[in-house]
Amino acid sequence: MTILDRSPMSAAPLRHPATSGPVGLTDTTTLTLAKAINAGLRQAMLDDPKVVLLGEDIGTLGGVFRVTADLLREFGPHRVIDTPLAESAIIGTAVGLAYRGYRPVCEIQFDGFIFPAFDQIVSQVAKLHYRSQGSVRMPITIRVPFGGGIGAAEHHSESPEAYFAHTSGLRVIAVSDPQDAYSLLRQAIASDDPVLYFEPKRRYHVKGEVTPRLGSPMQQAVVVTPGSQVTLVTYGALVSVARDAALAAADEGVSIEVIDLRSLSPVDYATVEASVRKTGRLVVTHEAAQSGGIGGEIVASLTERCFDYLEAAPVRVTGFDTPYPPAKLERHYLPDLDRILAGVDRVLGR
Amino acid sequence: MPELIPDSDLLQPPDFIQLLDEDGGRVPNPEFDRWVRDIGATELGALYDDLVVVRRLDVEATALQRQGELGLWPPLLGQEAAQIGSARALRPDDFVFSSYRENAVAYCRGVGLTDLVKMWRGSAQSGWDPASVGMAVPAIIIGAQTLHATGWALGAQFDGVDAVAVTYFGDGATSEGDVNEAMVFAASFQVPVVFFCQNNQWAISEPVGLQARVHIANRAPGFGIPALRVDGNDVLAVMAATRVALDRARSGNGPTFIEAVTYRMGPHTTADDPTRYRDPADLAAWAKRDPILRLRRLLEAEGLFTPEFEAAVAAHADAAAAELRAGCIALPDPHPLSVFDHVYTTPQATLDGQRDGYAEYLASFDSAGSTSSSTSSKGASV
Repeated sequence: MTILDRSPMSAAPLRHPATSGPVGLTDTTTLTLAKAINAGLRQAMLDDPKVVLLGEDIGTLGGVFRVTADLLREFGPHRVIDTPLAESAIIGTAVGLAYRGYRPVCEIQFDGFIFPAFDQIVSQVAKLHYRSQGSVRMPITIRVPFGGGIGAAEHHSESPEAYFAHTSGLRVIAVSDPQDAYSLLRQAIASDDPVLYFEPKRRYHVKGEVTPRLGSPMQQAVVVTPGSQVTLVTYGALVSVARDAALAAADEGVSIEVIDLRSLSPVDYATVEASVRKTGRLVVTHEAAQSGGIGGEIVASLTERCFDYLEAAPVRVTGFDTPYPPAKLERHYLPDLDRILAGVDRVLGR
Repeated sequence: MPELIPDSDLLQPPDFIQLLDEDGGRVPNPEFDRWVRDIGATELGALYDDLVVVRRLDVEATALQRQGELGLWPPLLGQEAAQIGSARALRPDDFVFSSYRENAVAYCRGVGLTDLVKMWRGSAQSGWDPASVGMAVPAIIIGAQTLHATGWALGAQFDGVDAVAVTYFGDGATSEGDVNEAMVFAASFQVPVVFFCQNNQWAISEPVGLQARVHIANRAPGFGIPALRVDGNDVLAVMAATRVALDRARSGNGPTFIEAVTYRMGPHTTADDPTRYRDPADLAAWAKRDPILRLRRLLEAEGLFTPEFEAAVAAHADAAAAELRAGCIALPDPHPLSVFDHVYTTPQATLDGQRDGYAEYLASFDSAGSTSSSTSSKGASV
């Protein structure tokens, strides 16, 4: 069974006796992005007893961002596992649990802490299905709060997604709003492929309506603002900045179509291509450094796919090829509304 | 089952456990003898058969590599008792997480002989279905599998079963972060896992002294994990130690670390040249401690090593080697487009596009009248 085979309404309210434990989301509710992830985890745990959570501080504390709040109390220590401080071991034990039929959801506390686990993710999680010719599945979800803009110390603001999008065998998701945070997390957990699930930490406290549905398949991009003159592609925290840029540009009579990729591996090129064929102009923006990044891959692929439709050279608006800077400098590093609009001007030849 | 050895004793720097000396004489050790009391004439004969067969298979695989039939082979020569003694202590529902040298363990788990060499011939990245034999596909990244064993054991603990994860690794692996992290996790969660370290004295060219300034086994108590240090060329001592560890795990007493002291008599792999770093005198000294010779002398002393027995074992070994050779040479080359298989469990649009493109490219040669073998070699350069 795949994600696509599942009924969109499989998230329908579970009937629990009033006295029983955790209850999933039943109606449309206004939630922060962090609470939407919490609700998605809860529902996945209710639906499948093999879903277990592993991570540092995720139990008693409920995670440093409280994303896993209350789950230890509701599900117990066999489902919500506070681990010793060893990221490689968090992922490596998840591999063993998956060998035994479990569906682990690992939390890496901050983006910059994922590198000690890099080998287990890239050499084991990503490759075991291939290595075993399909006999071993790794339905592991790795949740990673990512990106900057919170004034944090080093290693707490990084965007390491390209490393994983470059790794075959992984699926890579980056969510931007509470509804997708809920829906795509549930799809990620249900996936029999390993999924890197990137959470835009500076958007954790933004509220939105969340309906208990799975929505469109996680590998599909969505057009979040329709437009006709420029295609602006992004993901994660910059989706909201890109929408603001589209609003600002509209005031000046420029129509921007904003696409939220949602899936960074695979990229939904069909959706991006349809937009570029319409607009003839492409801007990609992300927080991660430019060289070797997602943006370059998208520009190259779209150039291959619809070169004749391009009216101008595509433009990337990204973080610089520097380490993530100190907090007092991050506003110079992060693409913001003005830099995105400058990129739009460039692609328009203005 | 015999009484548990108290953790407090095992946490002391361990004594060297030996039940058979180098001449095959019994070394009285009441504490461990009782764990192999059931190993009588028939069982000793079966163990001897195992040792001889796996050495014969190993020699055959080395020959296959020298003849160009395998790309590489990691010989286990000298380590037969460490692998057979431990693997024959396991139950079918236990699960092994090994490195790439545990071909005798795989043999005991019931892996098909041809499957042992599939990966080394380059036909596939692994040889067997883990669920069918209770043994994961081998890890080439040193030590990575110890974490997988720990996770599997955590799952077994959650499931409330008394199955045990056993992970095999070498002395070099004990320097890796993953092995240390695995011991931390295993100790914290008290999971049913056995850390089985074959200290074969070498990590390619690096002697064990470069990895540790103490006995490898002495590291485990620092993690709160009881340790046993056993003569790895003594099949009975290895079996006894493994049974102690398994019993501790099954009865909810958590992980145990075993250091099986042995010697890699061959090269690291067929690509290695140990004459560049190894003293021949060292090799000669270890040859006297050969695990097969030792058991043979015991069998001789007990009147079990009859000409008929010797001939039957030799015939079994030769038949196994012939099966391995025939199966290896008969392995079909994988279909070119299978390079794309099993990357994901469900379709992935980008990869599917690459597959279709390459299929079309290959087909363009067919329509031009080329043979499929020439297309696949040309395709590799695209």
